[in-house]
Amino acid sequence: MPEIRVTPLGAGQDVGRSCILVSIAGKNVMLDCGMHMGFSDDRRFPDFSYITRSGRLTDFLDCVIISHFHLDHCGALPYFSEMVGYDGPIYMTQPTQAICPILLEDYRKIAVDKKGEANFFTSQMIKDCMKKVVAVHLHQTVQVDDELEIKAYYAGHVLGAAMFQIKVGSESVVYTGDYNMTPDRHLGAAWIDKCRPNLLITESTYATTIRDSKRCRERDFLKKVHETVERGGKLWARWPGGAARGSSRAGLPPPLQVLIPVFALGRAQELCILLETFWERMDLKAPIYFSTGLTEKANHYYKLFIPWTNQKIRKTFVQRNMFEFKHIKAFDRAFADSPGPMVVFATPGMLHAGQSLQIFRKWAGNEKNMVIMPGYCVQGTVGHKILSGQRKLEMEGRQVLEVKMQVEYMSFSAHADAKGIMQLVGQAEPENVLLVHGEAKKMEFLKQKIEQEFRVSCYMPANGETVTLPTSPSIPVGISLGLLKREMAQGLLPDAKKPRLLHGTLIMKDSNFRLVSSEQALKELGLAEHQLRFTCRVHLHDTRKEQETAVRVYSHLKSVLKDHCVQHLPDGSVTVESILIQAAAHSEDPGTKVLLVSWTYQDEELGSYLTSLLKKGLPQAS
Amino acid sequence: MAAHLKKRVYEEFTKVVQQQQEEIATKKLRLTKPSKSAALHIDLCKATSPADALQYLLQFARKPVEAESVEGVVRILLEHYYKENDPSVRLKIASLLGLLSKTAGFSPDCIMDDAINILQNEKSHQVLAQLLDTLLAIGTKLPDNQAIQMRLVDVACKHLTDTSHGVRNKCLQLLGNLGSLEKSVTKDAEGLAVRDVQKIIGDYFSDQDPRVRTAAIKAMLQLHERGLKLYQTIYTQACKLLSDDYEQVRSAAVQLIWVVSQLYPESIVPIPSSNEEIRLVDDAFGKICHMVSDSSWVVRVQASKLLGSMEQVSSHFLEQTLDKKLMSDLRRKRTAHERAKELYTSGEFSSGRKWGDDAPKEEVDTGAVNLIESGACGAFVHGLEDEMYEVRIAAVEALCMLAQSSPSFAEKCLDFLVDMFNDEIEEVRLQSIHTMRKISNNITLREDQLDTVLAVLEDSSRDIREALHELLCCTNVSTKEGIHLALVELLKNLTKYPTDKDSIWKCLKFLGSRHPTLVLPLVPELLSTHPFFDTAEPDMDDPAYIAVLVLIFNAAKTCPTMPALFSDHTFRHYAYLRDSLSHLVPALRLPGRKLVSSALSPNIMPHEDPSHQFLQQSLERVYSLQHLDPQGTQELLEFTIRDLQRLGELQSELAGVADFSATYLRCQLLLIKIMEETYKMEFMYSGVENKQVVIIHHMRLQAKALQLIVTARTARGVDPLFGMCEKFLQEVDFFQRCFIADLPHLQDSFVDKLLDLMPRLMTSKPAEVVKILHTMLRQSTFLHLPLPEQIHKASATIIEPAGESDNPLRFTSGLVVALDVDATLEHVQDPQSTVKVQVSYPDGQAQMIHPKPADFRNPGPGRHRLITQVYLSHTAWTEPCQVEVRLLLAYNSSSRIPKSPWIEGGEMSSQVETSIEGTIPFSKSVKVYIMPKPARR
Repeated sequence: MPEIRVTPLGAGQDVGRSCILVSIAGKNVMLDCGMHMGFSDDRRFPDFSYITRSGRLTDFLDCVIISHFHLDHCGALPYFSEMVGYDGPIYMTQPTQAICPILLEDYRKIAVDKKGEANFFTSQMIKDCMKKVVAVHLHQTVQVDDELEIKAYYAGHVLGAAMFQIKVGSESVVYTGDYNMTPDRHLGAAWIDKCRPNLLITESTYATTIRDSKRCRERDFLKKVHETVERGGKLWARWPGGAARGSSRAGLPPPLQVLIPVFALGRAQELCILLETFWERMDLKAPIYFSTGLTEKANHYYKLFIPWTNQKIRKTFVQRNMFEFKHIKAFDRAFADSPGPMVVFATPGMLHAGQSLQIFRKWAGNEKNMVIMPGYCVQGTVGHKILSGQRKLEMEGRQVLEVKMQVEYMSFSAHADAKGIMQLVGQAEPENVLLVHGEAKKMEFLKQKIEQEFRVSCYMPANGETVTLPTSPSIPVGISLGLLKREMAQGLLPDAKKPRLLHGTLIMKDSNFRLVSSEQALKELGLAEHQLRFTCRVHLHDTRKEQETAVRVYSHLKSVLKDHCVQHLPDGSVTVESILIQAAAHSEDPGTKVLLVSWTYQDEELGSYLTSLLKKGLPQAS
Repeated sequence: MAAHLKKRVYEEFTKVVQQQQEEIATKKLRLTKPSKSAALHIDLCKATSPADALQYLLQFARKPVEAESVEGVVRILLEHYYKENDPSVRLKIASLLGLLSKTAGFSPDCIMDDAINILQNEKSHQVLAQLLDTLLAIGTKLPDNQAIQMRLVDVACKHLTDTSHGVRNKCLQLLGNLGSLEKSVTKDAEGLAVRDVQKIIGDYFSDQDPRVRTAAIKAMLQLHERGLKLYQTIYTQACKLLSDDYEQVRSAAVQLIWVVSQLYPESIVPIPSSNEEIRLVDDAFGKICHMVSDSSWVVRVQASKLLGSMEQVSSHFLEQTLDKKLMSDLRRKRTAHERAKELYTSGEFSSGRKWGDDAPKEEVDTGAVNLIESGACGAFVHGLEDEMYEVRIAAVEALCMLAQSSPSFAEKCLDFLVDMFNDEIEEVRLQSIHTMRKISNNITLREDQLDTVLAVLEDSSRDIREALHELLCCTNVSTKEGIHLALVELLKNLTKYPTDKDSIWKCLKFLGSRHPTLVLPLVPELLSTHPFFDTAEPDMDDPAYIAVLVLIFNAAKTCPTMPALFSDHTFRHYAYLRDSLSHLVPALRLPGRKLVSSALSPNIMPHEDPSHQFLQQSLERVYSLQHLDPQGTQELLEFTIRDLQRLGELQSELAGVADFSATYLRCQLLLIKIMEETYKMEFMYSGVENKQVVIIHHMRLQAKALQLIVTARTARGVDPLFGMCEKFLQEVDFFQRCFIADLPHLQDSFVDKLLDLMPRLMTSKPAEVVKILHTMLRQSTFLHLPLPEQIHKASATIIEPAGESDNPLRFTSGLVVALDVDATLEHVQDPQSTVKVQVSYPDGQAQMIHPKPADFRNPGPGRHRLITQVYLSHTAWTEPCQVEVRLLLAYNSSSRIPKSPWIEGGEMSSQVETSIEGTIPFSKSVKVYIMPKPARR
């Protein structure tokens, strides 16, 4: 029995370290090869010994597919290919191929240079690893070998994120990676055609959440930033009455600054686009700064991969590339002290170290400043503390920092919510669904929903657990044109989707199947045709002569079988189509006539019907 | 078979001969033109290869064929068809047959037999499809012939089983277009079996080819369009098609479901997998809503659009479309909208948002959460967030239509519309602002919503800002803080974009007059008056101050207590503004002052209105006059004209009517100037009906007669007179043909008499004609001008250039300088083709510039805005001089004439419609100081 086997090495009932092994029709594919954020020991990488026990990686795996450039999907790649040893092809989309090494290098730097880890992959290893990458285009079908083919679909989420269809013969698996069903300011929504795979492996980060419209979030965000930057304007100064009012808060406008700590590559770009277009629309002048380094490098690639972005950017890039920001400039440390309103994007996102923390310390004292946290903060970080309302923070060296600035929280996330996941399942129409990349408890709910609403079975294996799905692959059979036409001629009804019965001979030769008419099969095989005839005797109680009996049989059949050609031959026998009926006197009992019915194998149906009819006897002659 | 074919060919051939014999009767007609059919025949006989023949046919198809020679051509084509072996040539012939049968004036029933005959013997699928198309053309040409339609439907049914999708497609199309509507008529008529067209088409909903499935649905829709009532059973079939693999099928199926839901809105359908039943329209609504999250954007657009027109849906379902049932970690969560509302009602709006503010509240029952089949749930939320802006626009439009029919829904969808103001694509923003304006009667904005709306005032796009001003004009605001907020934001807008001055003032005018009670408590603050101290007098030229005053004065109109709060200078400013900006500042009943104009309460019906009566009386007085001659008549006319003009100035409501009548009287008075004046009347007013057009044309005719007389008196020699006479008579003839229907109304008029004498005039000499005309003109009576219901005068105001600048616009001679022109046009029909800009230079040279159609915006009904650039250029001048810029209204008298059938057909070229016959200046000219400098070397 053919089957599909799926074993998650990472991301099984867990977020992070995505790595899923799929065996389909004898081919082994590894989907994603990520690291885990929460661990810094061996557990951060998937356990490749699961595979290496049985031999080298290259021998076992036919290919590796990376869905997008986030480290929890590609972070273990150099370790896997260079240190464990894999020489086969690695497939990813072009933006991923371009941006992935930047992130890997950054990751390496933090691990080796900052934390001082030994036995970590080197820059050279990253380069060598990237040499094994094969780039794929959207909707391009790539033949990995003669039988295995893969195809990428747009997934939203981040630039270059893709969902992959892995197909061998008629069996297929779709792996979504991370995806987003609602478009954002720079990317479109995930899309897949009705490919009806045997299995859909989908992420389920937000399995139990239905999100609000993103427009409210955006509007809130823009309003907050705008208000802060514009505050203290002299609105009423145009005529004396107003001037008096304005003068009450005379003096230089206080420094009003907005700090937006960002982490994830992709979210930063979305927020940048959002602010940039808003600045442009509203004709605002306050500068927006962007912390240099990683995000800036990545931004360079964002400019190049316009076809991967959303409708608006694609349509307007001829006039202006939206990623060539007019209002957003690179940040310099000295700018933090300069007066006047400004907006700064700084890393890292949880305010636990680095530039964002430095700026935060500078600005925290002014109640007119604001910090907007665009994402989730881990417990223990400064970000988490201020979000939970703490106003006095203890910094290093027993310093106490009083936080007067406004703290805002906005959730910008690029994963599909429960509705989105269901929508994708509905679009792809899979036979089975398998959930990964999510918490077990939440998956449970979604699993139940999927089974209930789509009536397909749903799995959620833990890491190392194998799910086996039996499949019934369809086998294509070639049919000869002559036979097809002959069958078609027997009546073509519009409901051509219904299965139809047809007679033919199946020839299996050199692992291909052909359906041909029996004559042709005989010819091809050089066999002579044998006739198979069934003969049956039916005893009839009839005292009359044989000829008369034959006539009676003839008239009876004629009246019953109106659609068939019934003939009475001169030699006294009766034929119905090709079935021969002869009447003879019984050798012992003259009152009984024996009807000899003889038919060929092809006419089995009619022949057996006829015998049963005759067995019932003839009607009494009137 | 071959023998049969040969026989068939022979038969056809003999037919041709017969046909030619018949044509002898029409020989006279055919002699006048070279016979096309003969030429074609020769060409086709010459053709040696299929390619050649195809070339000849292509060439032939380029030229039109006259109706009378169509039959001959068809015969020859058919004859060739039988002989032809190459399918491509047969295909071309078949398509030509279709084209020819569409020729006007040709009745194609005679070729139908042949077409059906060749259809039966055709083998090639493509040619078959083309032939069916031809039959369709023939069938649609003969809509009344039941027998033929029956036959064609029969043919279509026979070929439905063809293996080619193209043939099946065409058959379905044929069925859709010709399938009989009334069964009973044909039942016994021809003995033909009555076919249930709907059943047959319905069978093909499950065809294996998606193109055929689409064609079947389209055919069904076609049946509906032709007035055949679709069965309700189709609904379930169509619902199955919604999950088809192909987008075009789904798209068509959505349409079909919509159609059925409109036909049987109240039927009850069961909900699958439960015992409940709901109304069909609700079920359909749920299904279409589901399609809003389809994977193909074409289907999404289609579905979003159709949602808007489903007005019978129960409000319960309608409101679901805006509700997504948020949850987070399996706990129910409120939407940001709900939270905003709650904050607002609890009175703590504007408190900063806190972490965990949106923390989910109660646990959700996992069993009850329905993630997919929730029908209408959140359809609009999805539609408005869609990736493609086409879908978003469609969703906004649908929201608009639904909100217009349901006030409670309007209230609910407000938050979503407001959110759309932040869309990334300007078109969508603009559309949502317009939508909001359309539904603004049903809604009152909350303060937080108003805040978001007002934030858009800073948009750098002029269109957006102006649309928003329009929106604010008709918005209801709930609190005085709201008004204050709006004013502050508008003033901010004014400082940022001073060009918006007019639009902002206008907006404040309406804002004030709509919310007098809300403005009242704000007045002291707005005017910065102080209970004890006098404050400094504000600068009267400050646009911001004027803006505030406009708001206050308009509010004061219906709020008599307000003027008590004004300080002295406010009264002075009022007087000044009432004069200078009378369209923005209303007449106020101020204590101790005379009313500036009689306060006419607007609720008096126009007929009871004394001024209206006055108008009627003065007109009746004039119409009682009999002839033009007496001195008294002229005086009376002059007085009446003066009266009417004054009336128009005083009563803006009657201005159109009064001015129109006055112009008519002036025409009577000044028959010589009539040509210009009549054209003015015809083209400068919108709402003029046919009745008036007749009279205007009549007037012109009289003027022409008069012109003829004058020329006859002054001109020497008879030769020019001959031409003029003939031309005049032609025009009379033209008039008669154009307005034949209205002639009975023109009893006793000039034209009436003229037509009586027409035979005599035709034969008379010019001198005599002049004489007759002379007497007739004297005898003719006034025509009573029936007043049209709605009449508006076209007018234009040039806002920019203002013509006040003393600094000449300098540019190098020979090069061009662009001059920004900004003008408002009122009541101009079709401004894109009629409004021109004229620039006249001091040397008498004048240029007419045609603005681009895109330069016209349409901010409201009857109003247009022209924002364009005019290029000026001239040779070098020694010193700066002024050029005049004005707007012209181009007209063309033939475009107004009602189309009679005989000019409609054929090549009544569109060129006639667009050409300009003359122009009427309809704006004041503005002087622009320019200085072309000589080029430096």
